Amino acid sequence: MYIIIVGGGKIGYYLAKTLLPDEHEILIIEKDKRRGDIITADLGGIVLRGDGTDSIVMEEAGMARADLAVAVTGDDEDNLMICQMAKKKFGVKRTIARINNPKNERIFKLLGIDNTVSVTDLILAQIEREIPAQSLVHLLTLREAGVSFIEAKVPAGSPVIGKALRSLGVPDDCVIPLIIRNGKGIVPYGETQLEIGDEVVAVTTIVKEDVLERILSGALLK
Amino acid sequence: MKIIIMGCGRLGAHLARRLDREGHDVTVIDRMSDSFARLGSDFQGTMVLGIGIDEDVMRRAGIETADAFIAVSNGDNTNAMAAEIAKLVFKVPRVVARLYDPVREETYHTLGLMETICPTVMASDQVREIILGNGRK
Repeated sequence: MYIIIVGGGKIGYYLAKTLLPDEHEILIIEKDKRRGDIITADLGGIVLRGDGTDSIVMEEAGMARADLAVAVTGDDEDNLMICQMAKKKFGVKRTIARINNPKNERIFKLLGIDNTVSVTDLILAQIEREIPAQSLVHLLTLREAGVSFIEAKVPAGSPVIGKALRSLGVPDDCVIPLIIRNGKGIVPYGETQLEIGDEVVAVTTIVKEDVLERILSGALLK
Repeated sequence: MKIIIMGCGRLGAHLARRLDREGHDVTVIDRMSDSFARLGSDFQGTMVLGIGIDEDVMRRAGIETADAFIAVSNGDNTNAMAAEIAKLVFKVPRVVARLYDPVREETYHTLGLMETICPTVMASDQVREIILGNGRK
């Protein structure tokens, strides 16, 4: 595959370094000479110096024959321009954009850039996972499919402790395929009783998320 | 007409003063407060400090009720993105973006989302006209 990476910062550089051994043809477009020299010294002549949002540079890079364009600069407006030009002007089938401001994810979707990676969102999700105060953690959301994977921890004093899963009244659109207890995974069945500190992993439709949260927090139990 | 101008450089400020004098309701967005000095002391419109591609900043500028949005910051990419947000998210009826790169301009013009102007092409046309003297004095 011919992969063009625009932006030779840390992400672009390590991406290229990781992809090179897989026999892909890689080109990094980078504005800054010093950055370009560092990459060339390590990875060889795979750097094209120039503004990757500039159509002349894109042409020089052979954008029209690229199988994939990856825009990982630090500016969302640049990443958007790169992906749109790659798609609309050069006919590149697949593009991936890095998003710096999580608010822009929706806008990129609206503008037809489907594959986005938001570093800020990834770190936020990690923080949510680490901070137990949040009762419900999003592990993965498949927006198109309308499904999300969530995790809820059973805190001390929760009304669900000692209750069998069957008795919680989990709605039809939700399944609990896994409980992590003392670091070990258990595949539960209806009679499995919840214990303090259990991490309950559930798959649910996005619309039933709120109901499931109230069930797992014990708010619906009396 | 309620008009929002993103970018208070030479073109943005000139346009803002002109439309303001003509009695339009003008709001100018720029990320540097110094830029607003270009508007002069008699400017009656509104100034909003912030990044023009931020939805919240656009809302603060009143984009939800705007009749026109003009993106004339010094960055092509910022102008294209701001104009696309104005059109697709806020459904502003008239959207214009300045793009210096002729190829970018052509591509965005073809997408049909917004009106585009390319000063490079315009100036090149005029200079050519002048030196080749086809009917122009």
